[in-house]
Amino acid sequence: MDALVRPLRVALVGNPNSGKTALFNALTGAHQKVANYAGVTVERKEGRVQARSGRSIALLDLPGTYSLRARSPDEEVTRDAVLGRLQGEVAPDVIVAVADATNLRLVLRLILELKAVGRPMVLALNMFDIAERQGLRIDLERLSASLGVPVITTTATRKRGIPELVSAIEAAAAPAWSESSEGQWTAPDAAAIRAAHGRAERIMRDCVRPPERPDTLTGRIDGVLLHPVGGLVILLALLFVMFQAVFAWATPAMDGIEAVFGIVGAGVASVVPDTGPVWPLVQSLIVDGLIAGVGGVLVFLPQIVILFAFIILLEDLGYMARAAFLMDRIMGGAGLHGRAFIPLLSSFACAIPGVMAARVIDAKRDRLTTIMVAPLMTCSARIPVYTLIIAAFIPQQTVWGFANLQGLVMFGLYAAGIVSALAVSFVIRKVLWRGAVEPFMMELPAYKRPDARNVLFNLWTRARIFMERAARIILPLMILVWAASTFPYPPEGASGPAIDYSFAGMAGQALEPLFAPIGFNWQMVVALIPGMAAREVAVAALGTVYAIADAESAGSLLATTLAAQWSLATGLAFLAWYVFAPQCVATLGVVKRELNSWKWMWVMVVYMFALAYLAAFVTYRVAVALGGG
Amino acid sequence: MSTVISLSDARLGDRGVITRVKPGGTDAHAAELERRLLELGLIEGARVQLLHNGLFGRDPMALQVDDMRVALRRHEAANLTVELFAEAAE
Repeated sequence: MDALVRPLRVALVGNPNSGKTALFNALTGAHQKVANYAGVTVERKEGRVQARSGRSIALLDLPGTYSLRARSPDEEVTRDAVLGRLQGEVAPDVIVAVADATNLRLVLRLILELKAVGRPMVLALNMFDIAERQGLRIDLERLSASLGVPVITTTATRKRGIPELVSAIEAAAAPAWSESSEGQWTAPDAAAIRAAHGRAERIMRDCVRPPERPDTLTGRIDGVLLHPVGGLVILLALLFVMFQAVFAWATPAMDGIEAVFGIVGAGVASVVPDTGPVWPLVQSLIVDGLIAGVGGVLVFLPQIVILFAFIILLEDLGYMARAAFLMDRIMGGAGLHGRAFIPLLSSFACAIPGVMAARVIDAKRDRLTTIMVAPLMTCSARIPVYTLIIAAFIPQQTVWGFANLQGLVMFGLYAAGIVSALAVSFVIRKVLWRGAVEPFMMELPAYKRPDARNVLFNLWTRARIFMERAARIILPLMILVWAASTFPYPPEGASGPAIDYSFAGMAGQALEPLFAPIGFNWQMVVALIPGMAAREVAVAALGTVYAIADAESAGSLLATTLAAQWSLATGLAFLAWYVFAPQCVATLGVVKRELNSWKWMWVMVVYMFALAYLAAFVTYRVAVALGGG
Repeated sequence: MSTVISLSDARLGDRGVITRVKPGGTDAHAAELERRLLELGLIEGARVQLLHNGLFGRDPMALQVDDMRVALRRHEAANLTVELFAEAAE
């Protein structure tokens, strides 16, 4: 009886680029839950769908793979989930093999391998609309008979074939399936792979007639995008447009968010009375702590959304693999894998998804190197710090007739991050791996038009994760900063600003000697402490520190205050510090989890702080020597 | 008449059939590489064509392998032997 009540467990397995996630989205809609597998950090995406019979189906979207013979952590999860070996997970009742109908050869071999597991299986021939458009003839009955599994045609992006797939899943689930039976699968050797490939090849010949109108577009596009010189030029131009967009397009939305929070803050300030012993404190907590804190973080949302929109679009289009191809030799010179391009590009938004995306790199050493340098990429949390300091110290003027000086400095900071990441990985490879090289091989998928709904859905997931992080990590820290810079109160008749007497002030003053050689004053050190939580917090903290420290400037812009309080050399040193410093506890936590090693996390902390101190020191001294002190 | 070459020596536009996949050496690394090449469809009998080269040292290479495209470094391609189609047949 129990089997009828509990949801049917279904796992989606397929090659990369088979539209598996799109199918998962089409099946489950908004009923998704993203978490991590127990003990490993691979994302666990589960969703629910209701069959017509009323039975609930729990779907698991497993990482794409060519084989159950796992090499990367992602692929290990796929293998262990399919075999029911995963801690805290039960083997699926039904496996749904997802195949790109236009690219069957490799997935047929995977299906033969999956069959050895012995679970009921359904084959979803996805992207069937494209196959039809190409005039690809697939004898479905024969394919189903040859493989011994039901075959359903689907077009995930248009939600075609979804009810049929759900029915097939239900029908495939054997009612008397024994819970405890374990898969018979063992890792195949080269001879077994050859044999299975031969069988897959025969099935292909029997059931699939080559397309009448094969995809020639991909070849023609590749002729341009993979051109040795032209392709690189296009890639650079694309990156340039991307960063322009991040800065230019996000501005109106960011101004809007700031304005809204300003209005809300002023509204609250006018409602909450500011008399008596407690009310001013409550008003300060809500306006300076909560509203300013949330606003200060949400203001990056437009930039993150734009950056991810580009990344998701390029990924869905099939361009990311081309970017990896174009960058492989360039990054290979620095000891990085071509595939590291995607994690490192994601790191421009945030190092956390970047470090996690490094899971696609199956070579252990390359993965470690990529993770170690990913936080050097300029993440969007640095943007507010950079923008603030640039606005304060770099004049708004045009150089060389066309370039904006502020934009140029920003570009320089990005370049500094990229160059140092390449340099560090070069050193890692020379010193730690003694020059060993891991193989680079990957499929270049056919170009596909991205599906708007799917892109928006994935974008929403990213934005949600960011906002949850803001609420869970950054907000409590903002309240902590507010408290640390408010308490204890200054003694009666004190002459200096109130923050001088607070905990934050004390800590800043205690650490000041350490930072004096690089030109930092104690207010900056105070801002760096909560800035460990997340880089952007430092901006809000500087605001708090200076707003409290100097009541005169409370109404003016923070940038104006900083320009008056810091020397140019100090401002530049602060920028240099921010290129390198590992000011993000969340990233360090993810690095520790991903590498399952405290040692490597501390190596990262030490090397990045050392670089930050060195860079700030050199910048400060040079700037002072040139008259910027 | 046909020419047999190592895939790593292929030139732009070369077409042929893979005749041998055998990484040098007998260690675990070579066995693993062999299986990975096979799993990506780089297998005896597969038709290949060199479509594009990278900018530096013509590396990596973008190949047409049967009906899909694969990127590969020449270093790994050295483990594959290809029998080129005779020019006249093209």
